[in-house]
Amino acid sequence: MSTTPHDWALYEVFVRARAGLDHKHVGSLHAADPQMALQHARDTYTRRQEGVSIWVVRSDQISASDPSDADALFSPADDKVYRHPTFYTIPEGVEGL
Amino acid sequence: MTEASSSAPLNSAGVATDDLCELLLRLGDSSLILAQRLGEWIGHAPAVEEDLALSNTALDLVGQARAFLTYAGELEGRGRDEDALAFLRDTREYRNLLLAEQPNGDFSVTLVRQCLFDLFQRELFAALSQSADQRLAQVARKALTETTYHVQYSSGWVVRLGDGTDESHRRAQQALDDLWRFTGEMFTPDAVDARLTEGGVLPSLPSLRLGWLAALDAVLRDAMLTRPTDGFFHTGGKQGHHGEGLGRLLAEMQFLQRAYPGASW
Repeated sequence: MSTTPHDWALYEVFVRARAGLDHKHVGSLHAADPQMALQHARDTYTRRQEGVSIWVVRSDQISASDPSDADALFSPADDKVYRHPTFYTIPEGVEGL
Repeated sequence: MTEASSSAPLNSAGVATDDLCELLLRLGDSSLILAQRLGEWIGHAPAVEEDLALSNTALDLVGQARAFLTYAGELEGRGRDEDALAFLRDTREYRNLLLAEQPNGDFSVTLVRQCLFDLFQRELFAALSQSADQRLAQVARKALTETTYHVQYSSGWVVRLGDGTDESHRRAQQALDDLWRFTGEMFTPDAVDARLTEGGVLPSLPSLRLGWLAALDAVLRDAMLTRPTDGFFHTGGKQGHHGEGLGRLLAEMQFLQRAYPGASW
């Protein structure tokens, strides 16, 4: 495989901002392999103390839902408010819910 | 402590202030000049991600240079701050290693140069973290964490290039062969270095070469590259004797402060 940047794979980058938070998608980049992708992610997306942990995954390894299926997939949930846990009373002083 | 320096003012670590000041200029100048070289890649690197990687390393080196030069200026006591030292000294007053000023060449020259330098800085800063001069030790400890990443980045590229295509291997080996003659200077002490080593401020430079070689050999093995045989080593950068390239580098780096003295953002 050639190693010119034109052949580098696209990677999606996920960064954990602080310990305890989840990894959030922050963008994408090109790299020849996962190790280089991590270094590029470090240099591209954590220059301003944005993170304490990085995940990278090849974009072509992600299976995504088809936007044209959005109605069929998601609209059935529109009229089912009872699925929201809004009927519970939250005791005072409980944080993080 | 030698006869020559025994009458000079001493710092808290018991070494001559002039000697310590000289060491700080050498450390700061090497970082600064290499940072300027890396900055020349901005907008020209093979990928935007590499543009950022090289400039990130450059900015780390500028940060080191600021710390070293600020301290040097204070010790010198002539009212020169980091900016005066960076922008208003001429070639002969610069104390950087010759390796740091070598032209970028192609990407493999830049990355081989970086790897040779990063591995040296890692040995040096690890040892300087135990320096008898507390402030120097503190700067070295901070720089060591940066350098640890620089080594990952540059050694990773040396392996990719060396163990890549025939063409990348040929270029990486050529870069290594061409740059080798500038590596001896890093481990060659002069009288200043010797006095600072005696005072516990600076590690013995020749002793650093063992660790440097071991780390370098591991990289070269993965990279399928051959370490050149030791021959003639150029020295003199630390004493202000530089190649012609440094003058042009300084002309560009110092232009603004020379043309518009005192200009600021």
